[in-house]
Amino acid sequence: MSDRRVLQTEQISGHPGPVPGMGTQRDLEVCKLIDTTTCIGCKACEVACVEWNDMPFQPTMFDNTYQTMPETNWNYWNLIKFNEHVREDGALMWLMRKDQCMHCADPGCLDACPADGAIVKYANGIVDFQQENCIGCEFCVSGCPFNIPRFNKETKKVYKCTLCSDRVGQGLEPACIKSCPTGCLHFGTKEDMKFLAENRARQLREVSGFKDAGVYDPAGVGGTHVIYVLHDAEHPELYGGLPKNPKVSFAYKAWKSVFKPLGLIGATLGFVGVVFHYVFEGPKREQPEVPPRKPEGPAGRKEA
Amino acid sequence: MATSIGRIQEKEPAIFDKLGRTVVHEGELPRHSVYTRFLHWAYGICFFLALFTGFAIYLPFLFRWFAPAFGGPATTRMLHPWFGLGFVFFFGLQAINWWGPMKWTEADSRWIRHLPEFLRNADPVEPEDVGMYNGGQKAQFWEIVVGCVVYLITGIIMWAGAPTFGAMAVAVSYILHDISALVMLFGIFFHLYQSTFGQPGTIQAMTRGTVSEAWAWTHAPAWYRQMTGRDPRQALEQERQRRSARERAIEQLSRSTGPGGGKT
Repeated sequence: MSDRRVLQTEQISGHPGPVPGMGTQRDLEVCKLIDTTTCIGCKACEVACVEWNDMPFQPTMFDNTYQTMPETNWNYWNLIKFNEHVREDGALMWLMRKDQCMHCADPGCLDACPADGAIVKYANGIVDFQQENCIGCEFCVSGCPFNIPRFNKETKKVYKCTLCSDRVGQGLEPACIKSCPTGCLHFGTKEDMKFLAENRARQLREVSGFKDAGVYDPAGVGGTHVIYVLHDAEHPELYGGLPKNPKVSFAYKAWKSVFKPLGLIGATLGFVGVVFHYVFEGPKREQPEVPPRKPEGPAGRKEA
Repeated sequence: MATSIGRIQEKEPAIFDKLGRTVVHEGELPRHSVYTRFLHWAYGICFFLALFTGFAIYLPFLFRWFAPAFGGPATTRMLHPWFGLGFVFFFGLQAINWWGPMKWTEADSRWIRHLPEFLRNADPVEPEDVGMYNGGQKAQFWEIVVGCVVYLITGIIMWAGAPTFGAMAVAVSYILHDISALVMLFGIFFHLYQSTFGQPGTIQAMTRGTVSEAWAWTHAPAWYRQMTGRDPRQALEQERQRRSARERAIEQLSRSTGPGGGKT
């Protein structure tokens, strides 16, 4: 989606009343919709991701499943997680879930990051790592409820899916969307994708017999800019460990914003304390010290 | 000289006697050996390096300007754990070195109970049962021992990171590491103050290794008794009398020669 808002009038000099056309711009927030119910596990999106982001192909690992490798990597941001699931009625299901950064509205990685400018969130909802500012502390890894950021031991930088912010900034869809042959991947505004997803979930519930089908857009992280349609929204952990209620850790919320500055002020009170002690009580000198000077009487003056 | 040092530190690597020396002048007592002083400044330097690199990571909002001094934020992050390890290593050696003299006693509990009086300088000299270290010094020592253990465990967890120990362990470590640093930062102000402005004549114990006898009977009376075999209060009283006798003698002299008599 192109950035048409750039040239939209915001203020007009000497103009009475509201700016014409204000607020007519459509929702700027983008969203990727992944319909796991129509994914066939072809891995076209994995290849497209590696290709567009110009990352080297690496050996895959065959473990007797339909999964390319055990986990995503610093140069492999997008992986179809494959899980076999036996339903209560005995039916076997192959669950394919495209695993990548969820682009949370309330990103835990960004909260955890101590480096100035290493993680940015754009107005359109994309959360992007700026490797030139990354200090390699890996706090983002512990801050992420989805276990997404991956550390490169050689460059000491952390990498993850950018939601193709470079393409999106030019009005293009992400590379994975472009490559999907079944149309299980969609890209558009958050509002549109939610609408599409809810419709599809209703269809699954009412027509296809998946009575627990639903949309995965977890509120614990303020919603995400990558949302799923799941056959069984009650048990997202079946899909390769998607957390049911992801949350940003206390350590990166209250501690960082409130207790850290307060703690520092508390520690600095030690300095204030000793300064006050020196001024009001004075030092403890070796004894016997020179006695304080006596007030001079008339006799003393005579002698001088 | 060597024997009196031997009474403080019995087990000390012999090489440190060659690296430096402790000259005890007239009216002084040896307090810290070369080895102890070396360790003190080694972990002192490590502490401040770790503190300033840590600040840049702790609150970049305020302290990002510390990072360029260490070669930029990424290098700061790379160096911080090594400074921390240096601190824990050298302080660990000092803890072994001081384990005996730092043992907590009844006198230290009494000292802590009377802390407000000491803060008010109610008595110009320390209580007679205060040995080489007083209760406050010992409390700070043991706080740093505990702090070092916390630093080491939580630091290694954060260093290895979430892939090894899990996100929860890192998040908890992060808080404990910060608290430990804040407590130590709070304490270091008192340490710096008491060794310089707060108790003049103290810092030479860690530079030249000696203190004056007057310092010893004022701030560590029981240690003075142990070092000299004399009673600290009596010694102080004798010094008082000696000084007033001297004053009187000078006064008498100036009276007999008259004003300006010193010029002749």
